[in-house]
Amino acid sequence: MDATTPSDPVVLVEGAHKSFSRPHIAAHTLKERVLHPLRFRGHETLDALSDVSFAVQRGEFFGILGRNGSGKSTLLKVLGGIYRLDRGTIHIDGRLSTFIELGVGFNPDLAARDNVVLNGIMLGLSPREAKRRYDAVIEFAELEDYQDLKLKNYSSGMHVRLAFSVAIQVDADVLLIDEVLAVGDAAFQQKCYDVFNEMRDAGRTILFVTHDMGAVNRFCHRALLLENGRPVAVGEPQAIANRYLELNFKRDKGQVDATASDAEQRPGDHDARILEAWVEDEQGAPVETLSQGEPYTFRVRVEFLQAVSDPAFTMIFYNDQWNEVFVATTAFAGERQGHFEQGERAVFSVSLDCWFAPGRYLPAAIVAHPGSGTDVIDRWDRVLNFLVVGTRATGGLVDLPHVANVTREIAARAT
Amino acid sequence: MTALPHHTAGRPVIGPSAIGSDLPRFFVLTWTIAVLEFKLRFFGSVLGYVWQVMRPLLLFGVIYLVFTQAFKLAADVAFYPVILLTGIVIFTFFADATGTAVTSVLDRENIVRKIHFPRLAIPAAVVVTALLNFGLNLMVVLIFMAASGVKPHWGWLEMPLLVGYLITLSLGVSMLLSAWYVRYRDIKPIWDVMLQIIFYGSPVLYVLDKVEVEWIKSLMLHLNPLAPLLVQVRHAIIDPNAPSAAAEMGGAIHLLVPIGLVAGIFALGLYVFAREAPRIAEDL
Repeated sequence: MDATTPSDPVVLVEGAHKSFSRPHIAAHTLKERVLHPLRFRGHETLDALSDVSFAVQRGEFFGILGRNGSGKSTLLKVLGGIYRLDRGTIHIDGRLSTFIELGVGFNPDLAARDNVVLNGIMLGLSPREAKRRYDAVIEFAELEDYQDLKLKNYSSGMHVRLAFSVAIQVDADVLLIDEVLAVGDAAFQQKCYDVFNEMRDAGRTILFVTHDMGAVNRFCHRALLLENGRPVAVGEPQAIANRYLELNFKRDKGQVDATASDAEQRPGDHDARILEAWVEDEQGAPVETLSQGEPYTFRVRVEFLQAVSDPAFTMIFYNDQWNEVFVATTAFAGERQGHFEQGERAVFSVSLDCWFAPGRYLPAAIVAHPGSGTDVIDRWDRVLNFLVVGTRATGGLVDLPHVANVTREIAARAT
Repeated sequence: MTALPHHTAGRPVIGPSAIGSDLPRFFVLTWTIAVLEFKLRFFGSVLGYVWQVMRPLLLFGVIYLVFTQAFKLAADVAFYPVILLTGIVIFTFFADATGTAVTSVLDRENIVRKIHFPRLAIPAAVVVTALLNFGLNLMVVLIFMAASGVKPHWGWLEMPLLVGYLITLSLGVSMLLSAWYVRYRDIKPIWDVMLQIIFYGSPVLYVLDKVEVEWIKSLMLHLNPLAPLLVQVRHAIIDPNAPSAAAEMGGAIHLLVPIGLVAGIFALGLYVFAREAPRIAEDL
């Protein structure tokens, strides 16, 4: 069958809806009960999936991206037949294999042989198929010498090797993989990703659930973004990853603002006060989401409560890991800023081309007395909260414009 | 439904069920889980099998001493040791199967929540494991019977029917309780007490013809499906001179009551489990 024909989906989900009724706990007040006597009849309903529809073509590596609680795990479980849909339909063409966790159902008191055969039978293999698969599993895991050892006597490395081998030695057309499969140290993660890539190149259809947009970018042909159980977007991994960052940004902004505005907690002698800060694009319009590589101006407005001479203005750009990525300051410019009278206001501006790596940034603004910049007048941490989106997630803190090329050296060989 | 023509090739995913569409798969899975569980019990401790047999034997020893030596209540019952041991082994099977089954689905939570497989395999495997154990214990009973002078006779042909009745009852109760337990955790302590009541309400320690109050005897025979079974086992397997279940109940027609009860429990258990199966993974 042709992978490019849109009329040939291997996985087709139409109008999928799934809600859970959670037993309702004392957290709900009596008032609520009285006001909504029917709504809180012992249970509350949580819509984990609402009207989710998508199609996956044969041979696609399809990402399902979403934050914790966005419904991505529920989607995986309804696809895997572990939960039953309330409404809607799912069709899967071919044999399906679901991996939600490494080593599911392994019993530490049983030998590798028993565990692997049981696992195969649970997946729907016949006893003969399960035994044949066992040979392949044990060979891939390189555990031929430890077949009859109880699992509890395995080292953790052997355990993971066996579990991973069980997970990938499947003769399935469609694989559902949860990101937790790629746990463990960096070397093991790499091995997982190598295998995923091999599977993709072998033309298997893979649905990969993750909250890691980097993984979506690396592996997926297409991705679906879920938010509160609803599909937000389906499309190119990069576009989906950008939307995902924006969603995260919006959610986090509220709580950050709440803590940042508390002026009483701010360090300094408060001869001056930072009033506000904002970011402008090239046209001078305020923005909150920055595109990588574009020019922007960061502005900080300051009001002087006392007369101050030659203050130093500084902005420190922290990323969400609290790394100081970049510092912009007037302190080393050698320029004197002059004298500011009581009640005077000033705007400190930093203009730059935004070569920060994609992610969230929380800059601090500082006004200090002249000198080394440690004699602080006012410091506002997290005065801003902005997001950089871009196509170049290299893993570096910044993605400076650069040239990377290779020059082939002329070999000594003649002609 | 707005079915689109292009997905007719695909197989619909309908979620988990009790047995699934593939009956052989269900049996293979049940058998595999049961055998591995039995293996675990067998090889789990140093003395393994010894403990499996010792439990009913120890109970037997104590009861035997109390009822024949201390109180002489059962002194004139023919083959009392064999009757007592058989009763204990049968009751142990029932209590083992149902008592383990109650929490079985929850005990295997990790696979229920992560793998798609026929859910009924879990309580069914518990019953099969208990059955394997029951088989081993029966060998001890056979040795006892031979030593006590019980002779083989035609009544033994009833054995498959009696065992079938016992399995149907145990499986029915197991399905019912394991499905209910997912929602109502009180089932476990309630069933523990019920097992005690059933133990004393069944002719295990005593023989039924010693019960002199007619209405109590009738109540036991009609409400407790284990009671007529034990009476019939004594009559058909051990001592043909002992009264049969039909005779004790006042006519063969009365046998329909326990048989109907067992069939009803099995049907109800299957119905409840099948109804709960699709949601078990999310209700855990």
